[in-house]
Amino acid sequence: MRRGLRAGPDYTARGPKQGLLRRRAGRAAAGLARGKGEQEGAAMKTLARDYKRHKYLYFMILPVVLYYALFQYGPLYGAIIAFKDYRIAEGFLGSPWVGFKHFLSFFDSYYFWRLMKNTLLLNAYLLLFSFPAPIIFALLINEIGRSLFKRFVQTVTYLPHFISLIVICGMITQFVARDGMITDLLVWMGMDRTALLGQPEYFRTIYVVSDIWQSVGWGSIIYLAAISGINPELYEAATIDGANKWRQTINVTLPGILPIIIILFILKMGNMLEIGFEKIILLYNPNTYVTADVINTFVYRKGLGESFEFSYATAVGLFQAVINFILLILANRFSRKVSDSSLW
Amino acid sequence: MHVIRKSKGERIFQGANTAFMLFMVVITLYPFVYVVMSSLSDSRQLLSHTGTLLWPKGFTWEAYKLVFQNPNITRGYLNTLIVVVGGTSLNLLLTCMGAYVLSRRGVPWAPKLMLIIVFTMFFSGGLIPMYLLVNNWLHLGNSLLALIIPSAISTWNLIILRTSFGALPDSLIESARIDGAHDFTILFRIVIPLSMPVISVMILFYGVQHWNSWFQAMIYLRERHLFPLQLVLREILIQNSTEYMMAQGDADVESVGESIKYATIMVATLPILFVYPFMQKYFVKGVMIGSIKG
Repeated sequence: MRRGLRAGPDYTARGPKQGLLRRRAGRAAAGLARGKGEQEGAAMKTLARDYKRHKYLYFMILPVVLYYALFQYGPLYGAIIAFKDYRIAEGFLGSPWVGFKHFLSFFDSYYFWRLMKNTLLLNAYLLLFSFPAPIIFALLINEIGRSLFKRFVQTVTYLPHFISLIVICGMITQFVARDGMITDLLVWMGMDRTALLGQPEYFRTIYVVSDIWQSVGWGSIIYLAAISGINPELYEAATIDGANKWRQTINVTLPGILPIIIILFILKMGNMLEIGFEKIILLYNPNTYVTADVINTFVYRKGLGESFEFSYATAVGLFQAVINFILLILANRFSRKVSDSSLW
Repeated sequence: MHVIRKSKGERIFQGANTAFMLFMVVITLYPFVYVVMSSLSDSRQLLSHTGTLLWPKGFTWEAYKLVFQNPNITRGYLNTLIVVVGGTSLNLLLTCMGAYVLSRRGVPWAPKLMLIIVFTMFFSGGLIPMYLLVNNWLHLGNSLLALIIPSAISTWNLIILRTSFGALPDSLIESARIDGAHDFTILFRIVIPLSMPVISVMILFYGVQHWNSWFQAMIYLRERHLFPLQLVLREILIQNSTEYMMAQGDADVESVGESIKYATIMVATLPILFVYPFMQKYFVKGVMIGSIKG
């Protein structure tokens, strides 16, 4: 083991920059002196030496690399069945290529616009109501000051985050049933008595309201952490300048947490076509497909739920993934232009 | 100290804010109170009852008795336990090893590997190829392994752990290496014991994820005796099959049909409610660690 310290770069002994620079300089010099093939040979030799000296690191990373190769990049490669007519009997490679057939048939289908509309609308509502809710909640909690009451409020409101989705949806199903607790409340307020989950017009409301109920407390943690990181001198200066609480919130607190808001907003934008579809699968039914069916649930039904059109469902899923990726890049680029915050 | 007198507007705001927070507490807790009370109620009285419920209607433990008599629920508990313990152990082992290697400075291929790993957070092959891989090619379908192996690493958690490992002082690892320790010893004897707070967060995140997961179980598992608790719950709560539960016991359908659902919710949620106070000190930390570097 001691050998490692005497010769060659050690992984921990030197600062990263120094080590890297030195190696790069060395490699560049080697590249100038020898031909390209020899340079590659030298790189292989370096890797071989590296392996010998740090073989345990290689042992450690092996299962991780295998996992990512098999379960992350495997399905990515498997997604080429979107361009084939995949039949189990003919196998993955033997199935015939069909180009963009499945994509085109999806774009032409009656469902395309309905799915796009539902997915985008539901996400738009989430962005409009569910996204700002924890920010406002964090700002309000912050005004309570350090006290037992503050901790109590936080403890209680974080709790729903840990309740399983099945239980949450089970509670929703019970509460908005024909004789449910929430239905009772709405009837008392003057609405006609019906089973709310059977009516397409209520689906989005139920989804968004229950989402806020479950996530507003938990979502506020990250903003509270950001608020506690704001320099207190800024508030003192604002007070001296005569700013009241409201102006301090607008001019000090909000700008202070803006970077984290932007980061979360970009991530949200990159998921505009993605939605918590597990919850939809638990709450929707054929009556409410008109408003509740989104791309993800459609992929599930076409591929695994009702029929087994593997290639078609994969194509729809791939379409969604590509659009999501493009949206993420656009949102990130936009944010880098208008502010200092970006993902990369 | 000089006390700043609050203006009238500020005092009104403080009062309104406190009232709003109390309102939040009530609407968060009331559904749970309602569930507890309903689970202890007599179903016939529950059916005819409308409006708020702050006390059981005709107190009875009947529903709980039936829930615990249901072999599917006890079997589901056992399966969930296997997945939570086995899955979280595998998660921790792989995530720790990956995070350790990726946090070591100067590993020539680490930045590239990191890029390859992070990419999978933003682009994936999708549901169907994953299903075909697990079910048709690896033949893991209809086995609890299908719930454990395909989710062996969460990239987000890997990033959190890598950031945290990278923050440990280099001199520590260097001196261990001089003493002749190899990487496995360094990881398990030094890095992990020093990172217990963040490891606890990992256990919490992974454990809750396994406890709550049901979708994978639904698509991969075919035999009923393998179903984890959440999938059994789905049948009872969402698919409305109390009839199926009734077939197990010989109780009067009318008197427990409604409250049995609420009792099931309670039985499935109590473990979480019990560990919640102990988890609490960890998860705030967890979110903060995650926010340091996205």
